[in-house]
Amino acid sequence: MTAKPRTLFEKIWDQHVVHTEEGRQTLLYVDLHLVHEVTSPQAFEALRLAGRTVRRPERTLSTVDHNVPTTDRSLPIVDLVAKQQIDTLRANCQEFGVTLYDIHDPRQGIVHVIGPEQGYTQPGMTIVCGDSHTSTHGAFGALAFGIGTSEVEHVLATQTLLQDKPQTLELRVDGALPPGVTAKDLVLYLIGQITTDGGTGYCVEFTGEAIRALSMENRMTVCNMTIEGGARAGLIAPDGTTYDFLRGRPEVPDDFDAAIRRWQQLPTDAGASYNKSLLFDAAQIGPQVTWGTNPGQVVAIDQCVPRPGDFTDTTDQKAAAAALQYMGLTGGEAITDVRIDRAFIGSCTNGRIEDLRAAAKVAQGTKVADHVDAMVVPGSGLVKEQAEAEGLAEVFQQAGFQWREAGCSMCLAMNPDKLEPGQRCASTSNRNFEGRQGKGGRTHLVSPAMAAAAACAGHFVDIRDWS
Amino acid sequence: MKPFTKHTGLVATMDRANVDTDQIIPKQYLKRIERTGFGEFLFWDWARLEDGSPNPNFELNRPEVQGASVLVARRNFGCGSSREHAPWALEDFGFRVLIAPSFADIFYNNCFKNGMLPIRLSEQQVDDLFAHTSKYSNYQLTADLETCHLGDTHGMDIEFEIEPFRRRCLLEGLDDIGSTLKHEDRITAYEQKSGGFKNGR
Ligand code: SF4
Repeated sequence: MTAKPRTLFEKIWDQHVVHTEEGRQTLLYVDLHLVHEVTSPQAFEALRLAGRTVRRPERTLSTVDHNVPTTDRSLPIVDLVAKQQIDTLRANCQEFGVTLYDIHDPRQGIVHVIGPEQGYTQPGMTIVCGDSHTSTHGAFGALAFGIGTSEVEHVLATQTLLQDKPQTLELRVDGALPPGVTAKDLVLYLIGQITTDGGTGYCVEFTGEAIRALSMENRMTVCNMTIEGGARAGLIAPDGTTYDFLRGRPEVPDDFDAAIRRWQQLPTDAGASYNKSLLFDAAQIGPQVTWGTNPGQVVAIDQCVPRPGDFTDTTDQKAAAAALQYMGLTGGEAITDVRIDRAFIGSCTNGRIEDLRAAAKVAQGTKVADHVDAMVVPGSGLVKEQAEAEGLAEVFQQAGFQWREAGCSMCLAMNPDKLEPGQRCASTSNRNFEGRQGKGGRTHLVSPAMAAAAACAGHFVDIRDWS
Repeated sequence: MKPFTKHTGLVATMDRANVDTDQIIPKQYLKRIERTGFGEFLFWDWARLEDGSPNPNFELNRPEVQGASVLVARRNFGCGSSREHAPWALEDFGFRVLIAPSFADIFYNNCFKNGMLPIRLSEQQVDDLFAHTSKYSNYQLTADLETCHLGDTHGMDIEFEIEPFRRRCLLEGLDDIGSTLKHEDRITAYEQKSGGFKNGR
């Protein structure tokens, strides 16, 4: 008898079921739990009050990223409330025996950058973190999703989670991305197509030629933003690209070839079916820029900002009108005419070495426009080191970009890096919500190359015309 | 977890889709290490003017909805970040029941962990609730989780759906961790079968 064909998701799910019974959620084992300073203090505190311990500290990795300053780290942290949160994580990690990449550790960085960088993130795993962009790790064929603080506590105490099995959604992208079009553009385009809640209740698997052709770093960009389409998890089947990326990293299995043989069993079987499949053509995709206040409000760079009347649904019309008002746009203007004040290159979406290389290539030999304040924030201390070794930092600095220490920085502006009211920013991050980068700030999401080009030109430009 | 059985309360509406958790509780309030006291910061950027005084145009600041404990909004409520501070803030502010055509997954999940009931209704049913709220003054709804019925005093009575397990947990105010630890032998057996971390799968 041959086994029923299964999808990648189903294989990982089945393999992690600890217990299931009629009328209950499934108890799922968690292989790796990533922890950061913002969503964990209340969980550790509750654990302490209940007299519980961390069940598997060796499966738990923590770092400080959301709150940390990205300026000179030898100086004390000025924001005392942020400092308290950082100190609290340090004390909790010590008390419960959890590994912490602390602020002065060269491996410190954004939680979704350091997991893959160290080889903690591996195919077939279940990975959770009190952070919605945990979906990033799906790029390795790991089932990875964000959880709330109560669930963080649950995982700390039990190394499991209670879950309802999601449906599966295949997003297949055939063909090849045109020159100048990146993974960021691809995922923004997909979110624009399925809308910000199109993935709700689903686990997405990205398939197709255009996905297979992506580097690991680019796959991470795609999976990172799956949550912006409403799906908690996005998966890409592991393949040679995945194994090449992981080989030699500190935390991968000692017998790497045996691990590869296990991982090779993971991809979706021929004949397996998804609950829903949508098909896209990579050739149709251009460089994308968001114009509104959610990532689904996006157009290609050669298009105009839409007007509320362009939408048929009244809720969408209202949302567009409110977004345009917030963004200080009227609708109908060419995206390339929109001037910016700030540029931000970084975040767990686009703060890895390839992203910095792409931005540096654009910035090389040119200058940030006089009226623009631009900053580059590496995703981790190691990304920073590598960028310095490759001379990218110098390129940025010569062009007038600020070169910062690793962290989340102006992706969510919890630290001092933020927009002033009314400022407009070309940002490589993942959310353009109202106030996300600072109260009253206006965020346009773009790829690293597009952000660098906008910083230098002073307004959005079509990267395909950049020379 | 706080139990929820039945609740009657004044209704407030937010005629907005995709209300994200960055709006529900802006990041500057995420630095606290406590679980309580987030209510006063709820929807801060919308609720306050530049000088910090209440914004009279913000829907939840209107005098007629003061004391509301049922919130009706448009689709994809609670999208964005996983911050549980969002349900903490809503709960601390006084909300017990949230109604929308859809909720973002993580937010939906987080509500149950905090004794709040998120109810998904059709777009049409939500439209009707908006209409009723503007038609009747002091409009109240009763959500009964025992029977899964939502009703008002004007003859409206609709059934809502909720996953049986979530319903039971909420009704009984079950401690998730406590009930999971009843399966501790199963967790241990799983761990023994699947091997160590570094060389496990
Ligand atoms: S970089 Fe931004 S999205 Fe990523 S973890 Fe940090 S705050 Fe969240």
